[in-house]
Amino acid sequence: MRPRKGTIGLILYFLLLLLPIYWMFNISLRTNADILNQFALYPADPTFANYMKIFTDPAWYSGYINSITYVAMNVLISLSVALPAAYAFSRYRFLGDKHMFFWLLANLMAPPAVFLLPFLQLYSTFGLIDTHIAVALAHCLFTVPLAVWILEGFMSGVPREIDETAYLDGYGFPRFFLTIFVPLIRSGIGVTAFFCFMFSWVELLLARALTDTVAKPIAATMTQTVGATGLDWGLLAAAGVLTIVPGALVIWFVRDTMAKGFALGRV
Amino acid sequence: MALIELKEVAHAYVARPGGPEDYALKRLDMVWQDGAAYALLGPSGCGKTTTLNIISGLIRPSEGRVLIDHRDVTALAPRDRNVAQVFQFPVIYDTMTVFDNLAFPLRNRKVDRNEIRSRVHEVAEMLELTADLKRRASGLTADVKQKISLGRGLVRKDVAAILFDEPLTVIDPHLKWLLRRKLKQIHQQFSTTLIYVTHDQNEALTFADQVVIMDEGEVLQTGSPRELFENPRHIFVGYFIGSPGMNLMPCRIDGNAAIVEGAPIALGEGIAERGRAAGGELVLGIRPEFLRLKPSAEQGNVPVSVLLAENLGDFKIVTVSLGKLTLKVKVPEDQEVPGEWAYLNFPPEWTKVYADGRLVE
Amino acid sequence: MPVLVIVALSTIIPLMMVVNTSVQDIFGPGNRVFVGTEWFEEVLSDRRLHDALRRQLTFSGLVLLIEIPLGVAIALAMPKRGWGVSVSLVVLALPLVIPWNVIGTIWILFTRPDIGLLGVLVNGLGIQFDHTAAPLDAWVTVMLMEVWHWTPLVALLAYAGLRAIPDAYYQAARIDGASAWAVFRHIQLPKMRGVLMIAVLLRFMDSFLIYAEPFVLTGGGPGDSTTFLSTYLVKLAVGQSAPGPAAAFSLIYFLIVLGICLVFYRALQNVGTGDKR
Repeated sequence: MRPRKGTIGLILYFLLLLLPIYWMFNISLRTNADILNQFALYPADPTFANYMKIFTDPAWYSGYINSITYVAMNVLISLSVALPAAYAFSRYRFLGDKHMFFWLLANLMAPPAVFLLPFLQLYSTFGLIDTHIAVALAHCLFTVPLAVWILEGFMSGVPREIDETAYLDGYGFPRFFLTIFVPLIRSGIGVTAFFCFMFSWVELLLARALTDTVAKPIAATMTQTVGATGLDWGLLAAAGVLTIVPGALVIWFVRDTMAKGFALGRV
Repeated sequence: MALIELKEVAHAYVARPGGPEDYALKRLDMVWQDGAAYALLGPSGCGKTTTLNIISGLIRPSEGRVLIDHRDVTALAPRDRNVAQVFQFPVIYDTMTVFDNLAFPLRNRKVDRNEIRSRVHEVAEMLELTADLKRRASGLTADVKQKISLGRGLVRKDVAAILFDEPLTVIDPHLKWLLRRKLKQIHQQFSTTLIYVTHDQNEALTFADQVVIMDEGEVLQTGSPRELFENPRHIFVGYFIGSPGMNLMPCRIDGNAAIVEGAPIALGEGIAERGRAAGGELVLGIRPEFLRLKPSAEQGNVPVSVLLAENLGDFKIVTVSLGKLTLKVKVPEDQEVPGEWAYLNFPPEWTKVYADGRLVE
Repeated sequence: MPVLVIVALSTIIPLMMVVNTSVQDIFGPGNRVFVGTEWFEEVLSDRRLHDALRRQLTFSGLVLLIEIPLGVAIALAMPKRGWGVSVSLVVLALPLVIPWNVIGTIWILFTRPDIGLLGVLVNGLGIQFDHTAAPLDAWVTVMLMEVWHWTPLVALLAYAGLRAIPDAYYQAARIDGASAWAVFRHIQLPKMRGVLMIAVLLRFMDSFLIYAEPFVLTGGGPGDSTTFLSTYLVKLAVGQSAPGPAAAFSLIYFLIVLGICLVFYRALQNVGTGDKR
């Protein structure tokens, strides 16, 4: 039963939500001179110059590639680690399992700032500074617990009888896991992958601290854009818009999975 | 206490129904008598819950009208209809006490406080909930919760009918019959119209005065449990009621008898001609309880081979085969069952013929 | 089966070892010169730390006060079926996938009095607004940004909780004649308790740790007015090259977080078992 009042409120809220994003888009399509000289609600003379600069300047587009690289790594690592772990938590009672679970959660909550120094030291001793894998692993500290937590919830929703039936039918464990179990929690995996992606893509502090030039994420590049004439607003805006695009794409592809995940009572 | 009528009601869940298969409820007319206890029986998906929801007003039918006491209530919201409904799993308000739960419908209707108190106590006593009144509803067992749900329906003085949608599904078996007995008591005490939806025929047959059988959105037959048993009007009714269900055999009519797997079976007066006139697919039906197992080939008996005899205490179920068909016969415990060969006797008064599923009479 | 447990453990344990060594590393510098508790004392009596803490608590408190009710209201208004569901989810999730520094950038662009839509609008209405100059303006902007950014998360969680409520509850309420408010109070809110606790926990933690967005927007200023705990820690550790106090602070920070986490975790467990009936 949708009260009309509610729907109107919702649409209003969505518009407000999209407004700042639209504004950035607006700015991205204008030159700096244009931006500073006049204030306009939409670009009178749209130009793609800012975007062109990003696509052609390696300092910029490598930032994107780097970001995507370590995010993808993170998601892959997190999922492959979290799946067996979540299964263990879901199906077995072992010594200290509750404590470990709590500790995992605590990891999730810890401020990245706290880990800044130790990580710097740790990675430099291994010579891993400024590599994609370093950032991916650092993010794992947060995404793995999250993944385990979410996946465990979904896995517990699958009755044990399914496991037992499979064993009675003669399935070996790997085969059972891959062909029977995983498809059952497909939407859970979708939701988890989304959250891992989201967290890793947006995290700034560690990503910036642990990289220098080779693996620098786009976020870092953006914060260093100070030209001779002050901040290059147009360029910055264009870069910003381009960082939203991958995220938006991911949401779009995952939206049905998410909707299903919600219907199943994710929490 | 009310007379409920459904006139030309049909319902489709899709916005623009194409053909009959889009209709959850095909066009039907039903009358629910004042003060009677009905069971609405049928397999899952046959439309029973839809019917119930149309009566209580949770669903507005795509077509047709609903009348309560001759008043057209089709457009009325559930809260204005004086109908209560108990659902499959207990619906209680977790944050409130049992007392508040029972008082909830009355408070929503702004009933005076003293009257609320007396009604709640009355209902609580009837349902044996008085001891729990002060307790929080969330911590109680399922059967108590269902009693509370039921109580919320009873607490309204003017309630015309109480509808039950498979309410005992989540209750432990040994508590089920206690609750059922309670329902019967309430019915006797208040003479409220009760409509009880279930897919369990035992529940239906023991609970109700009248049973309505539905399948695929249609009402197949309405009658007392006994009528449904002895004179099923539809193949489905014959097969669904009784355990085991009716024996059904494809047949054709020749002269004054039905031929099943080559064996002639005598039919009742006039049935043969009407069967021939009705045309369509002909099926012979007889209940295992009415078939007679004979050791010898008397007049009209059909030879069968004995496959299996199960002893079930007071009686035995003998499975026999006639040509390609498998039939079941119920015989008394002390009757001897021949080893390999036997003969079946079909008493004409219990032998039914169905044309395209419908009884020929 | 044991193979599985080994696999799982072997991945979790290194993780925890990292954390443990991190914590020890934090401890390490603190103790290296064997000044014992001196650094801790210095940190704990640091007035600027107290200020940052005070600001942090105010901030987190306000965040919860605004975001939770707003998120719930949005969840209630969201469609339950049809194409509206996907669209709503996508729009709602958009702010959540934007890198945090970009969020700050967006809001700079949006609120500057010269080039930002909001800045121009507000100044046009006659209110002097400049988030780089006045602390109040800076606070308002940061709050606005934070609410804009994270309310969708609360809304999504609340929506999940809402969708988990079986239809029968709503149907019974219709028959009982309950008003919309009664439905909210007696059915929806209680059933959402678990999700809401999670939302409160997450938002409190995240707002407590917040760094990038306000940093990009205001750099912690004007002055110190928007320097929250994380910002202060980074300033200490990196800016002022005072690793000792910074390490001590890190440890304290971590312990506070851990403590709060424990409290919420316990609360969550209780809610969880309550729902299992």
